[in-house]
Amino acid sequence: MTLALATPLRLPARRLASFGWATTIAGVICLLVALTALLAPWIAPHDPTAVDPLNAYAPFSAAHPLGTDDLGRDLLSRLIAGSRTSLAGPLVVIVLSGATGTAIAVAAAWIGGWFDAAVSRVLDILFAFPGLVLAITVTAVFGAGFLAPVVALSLAYVPIIARVMRAAALRERSLPYVEALRVQGFSGWHICRRHLLPNLAPLLVVQAAISFGYAMIDLASISFLGLGLQPPAADWGLMIANGQPSILAGFPQQSIAAAVAVVITVVAFTVVAERMASR
Amino acid sequence: MSALLEFDRLRVEIPTPVGPRPLLRSVSLSVAAGEAVGLVGESGSGKSMTARSVLGMLPGGSVATGAVRFRGVDIGGLDPAGLRRLRSRDVAMVFQDPRASVNPVRTVGDFLTEVLRERGMSRAAAREKAGGILADIGVDRLAHRLKQRPYELSGGMLQRVVIAAALAGEPALILADEPTTALDVTTQEEVVAILDEQRRQRGTALLFISHDLELATAVCDRIAVMYAGEIVEILPAARLHEDARHPYTKALLKARPGSVPPGERLQTVPGVPQSAIDAPAGCVFADRCPVVEPLCRDTIPVLTAGVACHLEVS
Repeated sequence: MTLALATPLRLPARRLASFGWATTIAGVICLLVALTALLAPWIAPHDPTAVDPLNAYAPFSAAHPLGTDDLGRDLLSRLIAGSRTSLAGPLVVIVLSGATGTAIAVAAAWIGGWFDAAVSRVLDILFAFPGLVLAITVTAVFGAGFLAPVVALSLAYVPIIARVMRAAALRERSLPYVEALRVQGFSGWHICRRHLLPNLAPLLVVQAAISFGYAMIDLASISFLGLGLQPPAADWGLMIANGQPSILAGFPQQSIAAAVAVVITVVAFTVVAERMASR
Repeated sequence: MSALLEFDRLRVEIPTPVGPRPLLRSVSLSVAAGEAVGLVGESGSGKSMTARSVLGMLPGGSVATGAVRFRGVDIGGLDPAGLRRLRSRDVAMVFQDPRASVNPVRTVGDFLTEVLRERGMSRAAAREKAGGILADIGVDRLAHRLKQRPYELSGGMLQRVVIAAALAGEPALILADEPTTALDVTTQEEVVAILDEQRRQRGTALLFISHDLELATAVCDRIAVMYAGEIVEILPAARLHEDARHPYTKALLKARPGSVPPGERLQTVPGVPQSAIDAPAGCVFADRCPVVEPLCRDTIPVLTAGVACHLEVS
């Protein structure tokens, strides 16, 4: 431990991940957050949307461990309820972009030639377009809510996943065992499905885990801008935004609670992902 | 005579910035059903390319003329489905390095049963058949082996598994591309013995590629000697030493370690091996031939009566 403290901090996330305890703590946090999201309706002490104007801006107490917001809603309950959409959003993003990106990447690597060149150029163009801007534009066109930002962000994440997976698929494809399979008369479809994809899966999991944190921040930003879920839904990004007027009133706890929840979750997921990647 | 496999003046050229260059100059050879033919020669002589042409696995952009016929059907004319059927049912290939030619993360059982399963055989039946073949080639603890992954097996054991997989599909022909080169010397003999025994029992033809003359003569009925993309001599394996007529074959035979008393310097073939790309206009061996004549420099000798040499034919 003294040695670790004496060495200058380089690549913070990576160094942190090399400590067993940091990964452990991060892993436990990830599990807790996931469990909270799963069990939200049962473990929230209050109804997250129950308004109680007489009890607005209540301080910390046994009844309201984190206090209440400007409408007297229990902050802890809203945080717990908000974990559902705040986790489900990034999850859908990485599943959609992971599946699409991998399919495109493997197809491009396998077919090669002009198809690979065309796919790669399209990915480059998408890549040059900031994901958040794309998501905001799409949302502005198709309307706010849960689905539009999530689908748009998935699209924006496809090139990020596809680039890494294409490189890996190209490397895998050039291995002699793939040629041996072709010599055995297996079709390209069979080889991709039964050999390439399973062998690329670990990399995909790591990529998805790293993207999860980014997707969460992006979705929180979209919610913060009012383009995601609409009030009175409890969503962490939305809570940060809705808490802004209260900050001026001297009651910053809503924004702070939601922001801390986002930061802790993102850091925890990233630490675990980095650990997975460095193995 | 109806050959199982027949190369008919196969020539393979690859385009280069300075025009097409040959990888194979002219290969004519036939393999009868159940026959074992050895293809020997130095590195770059086109042995592997010849074998790959049987499966339609020529390098991208290359142009093949002449024909490779399997059971009378020109392989160059097969559609992708026909080619897949040929690869999965009729011809199996055993590669040089078993470690590289097997998916490293699948179990041995998966690897052995994959072809059978793809043909619609049930999982249990495929396992039983694969286990039976493994038992035939002297692999013990079958249940355990089928669950192991490639990295848990020795190179020799893994090559046995690869041979078992090749046999499992009951092909009419096995192409063995230096199947023992990546193994150490003691396991080499075992693995070759297994291949030889199994293919004899099953009546499978074998095209055995090697640069080990001794090994090839031990396994094969006939030996085809390749040099720079051409077959220079074909003769019965049993009569290789007595009947060798081509100067290159003779030089190869002299270069074997066993041909000089222990302690003496080994004989070598003067010069460096040439590939078909930079072969001379006439006889491919002219530049290194000890008995070269002016005719050899500008006229290509034709393979007649088992040898491609001007001095022998005339």
